Amino acid sequence: MSLIVFVGVNVVGDPVDMLINPEADQAEIQRVIRDLGLDRPLHEQYLFFVGNALEGDLGKSFIFGESALKLIVQRIPATFELALTALILAVVIGVPLGVYAGMRPTAISSRTIMAGSILGFSLPTFWVGLMMIMVFAVMLGWLPSTGRGDTVEVLGIEVSFLTLDGLSHLLMPALNLALLKISLVIRLARAGTREAMHQDYVKFARAKGLSESRVILVHVLKNIMIPVVTVLGLEFGSLIAFSVVTETVFAWPGMGKLLIDSLHNLDRPIIVAYLMIIVLIFVIINLIVDVLYSVLDPRVRIKDAGQ
Amino acid sequence: MSADTPTLDVRELKTHFFTKAGVARAVDGVSFTVGKGEVVGLVGESGSGKSVTGFSIIGLVDPPGRVVSGEVLYNGQNLLDLSDEGMRKLRGDRIAMIFQDPMMTLNPVLRVDTQMVETIRAHDPSVSKTDALARARDALGQVGIPAPDERLRSYPHQFSGGMRQRVAIAIALLNKPDLIIADEPTTALDVTIQGQILYEAQKLCRETGTSMIWITHDLAVVAGLADKICVMYGGRIVEQGGIDDVLDHPVHPYTRGLLGSVPGHNTRGQRLYQIPGMAPSLLNLPEGCAFQARCPRADSACRVEPEITKPVEGREVRCFHPHLDRNEEVGA
Repeated sequence: MSLIVFVGVNVVGDPVDMLINPEADQAEIQRVIRDLGLDRPLHEQYLFFVGNALEGDLGKSFIFGESALKLIVQRIPATFELALTALILAVVIGVPLGVYAGMRPTAISSRTIMAGSILGFSLPTFWVGLMMIMVFAVMLGWLPSTGRGDTVEVLGIEVSFLTLDGLSHLLMPALNLALLKISLVIRLARAGTREAMHQDYVKFARAKGLSESRVILVHVLKNIMIPVVTVLGLEFGSLIAFSVVTETVFAWPGMGKLLIDSLHNLDRPIIVAYLMIIVLIFVIINLIVDVLYSVLDPRVRIKDAGQ
Repeated sequence: MSADTPTLDVRELKTHFFTKAGVARAVDGVSFTVGKGEVVGLVGESGSGKSVTGFSIIGLVDPPGRVVSGEVLYNGQNLLDLSDEGMRKLRGDRIAMIFQDPMMTLNPVLRVDTQMVETIRAHDPSVSKTDALARARDALGQVGIPAPDERLRSYPHQFSGGMRQRVAIAIALLNKPDLIIADEPTTALDVTIQGQILYEAQKLCRETGTSMIWITHDLAVVAGLADKICVMYGGRIVEQGGIDDVLDHPVHPYTRGLLGSVPGHNTRGQRLYQIPGMAPSLLNLPEGCAFQARCPRADSACRVEPEITKPVEGREVRCFHPHLDRNEEVGA
């Protein structure tokens, strides 16, 4: 992985052109190249990078002259906050709508929900984001269009969702990012509900005289949450990794925005470090999903299997 | 409620399924009674409407099916007049049901204790969780599950099929119902387990005075268990009466055919009798008697729906040409 990324990034463009003054003389150009270590052969650069990476140093940004890792880690809370809010929105909005549509598959209200989810799937995120800004920020003036707003420091991390101003800044980008996931969850929840409603255990639950709300909220919901959690867990990784578009549209100061800026400036160490961190996040999230899975589905718990 | 009011009195029950291909008359004028402590066997082949009859009584017919007419009198009260909430209170409390496939009836992601306790608390929220657990444990012990305390904390997948069916029976028994509707509860089990379950069911009925409707296609099961038998064909009961009487002297040609196709000790080496043809589609039942196309005795009279007659004391038959000679060999 690190090899592919490193080589892939290093064969594109010439960062020196971007960095130096166009009027600089040849000697100065040579000095910059040597400073950045670009005069050495690629395999040497790579081994140098790996050696440093093992010590936790992913290189220095060409532009800021600071540690790439530090620059990215500083931006993680903003992205995380955005992705987590989007995830919560996806569950809170998607699951009830999906269950409802699954219970009454032929009702007009359900068909409307499903049609809406198709829109959520197919409309490009950046366009929806721009439209949201136009309607809610420009025309109605209800919500701010850019930035994080006021932040509060909790355990040394800057968060927006605890201030009213921050929350109003957070709402639009989070909703924008969540739109696709909401549609996905609606479809998953609907399919799961439709399947579960015909299962004997639902009929048996009714035959036991349970109230309809208990049948749906406990018996059906617990079963459909298994696929929903699995898929959302995997999607959470992509929410973090690819919030790039939303962060750019709403000028949200997260990792995605940093990545786009670095791509513009050919700031190679940051790009490489970003991708490395994303891989790490993906691995961790997959682990969490597996653990959650065993919490939800008793059949995959190894501990009890032998009984 | 007088002493001789039956626990359940089903009168002219009709449940139809309104499908795109037409109306399927799954249950079409079924009448029978279940006395207190009585076990009634509801027998018929697949698609004869026996399961739908069971679900109609408990009010759980899936759309597009609907009970269109008739009465289901439980202790004299018509269940079809009850509200959804009224019916819910009755289900699992006074009338319980056991399903066919024990692998599917228990919710795979909920522990057995959860599924049992909720059954008690749905009908009496004042029962504390501790008391409900104690009752659940007793019920598991009652149906012969070893180490009930430990089993309560297990999930359904940790039980075998026979054990799961015992759990389902224990759940049905939790609130000491007056009536249990058992929809082919032993069909999915192997024969030894089937015998155990039947034994338990019979014992529990006798001990608690619970009435039971046992839906099955297996005549051997009914023979050992039921007091009364109702034979269904094409959505109607074609013959009903006392279990021994009907099995020894079947009057309806269909019942005779069914009994004749059971292998016995005396028929060794002989070719087994088979009812010719196939069960008719419920979507287009023939005019008149549904069995006419397969009946050796059918003639032009059978194109009219036969009324219920009582050829012998305690017997009801829908047939123009019943076998009334009591010395006639069965299956001939």
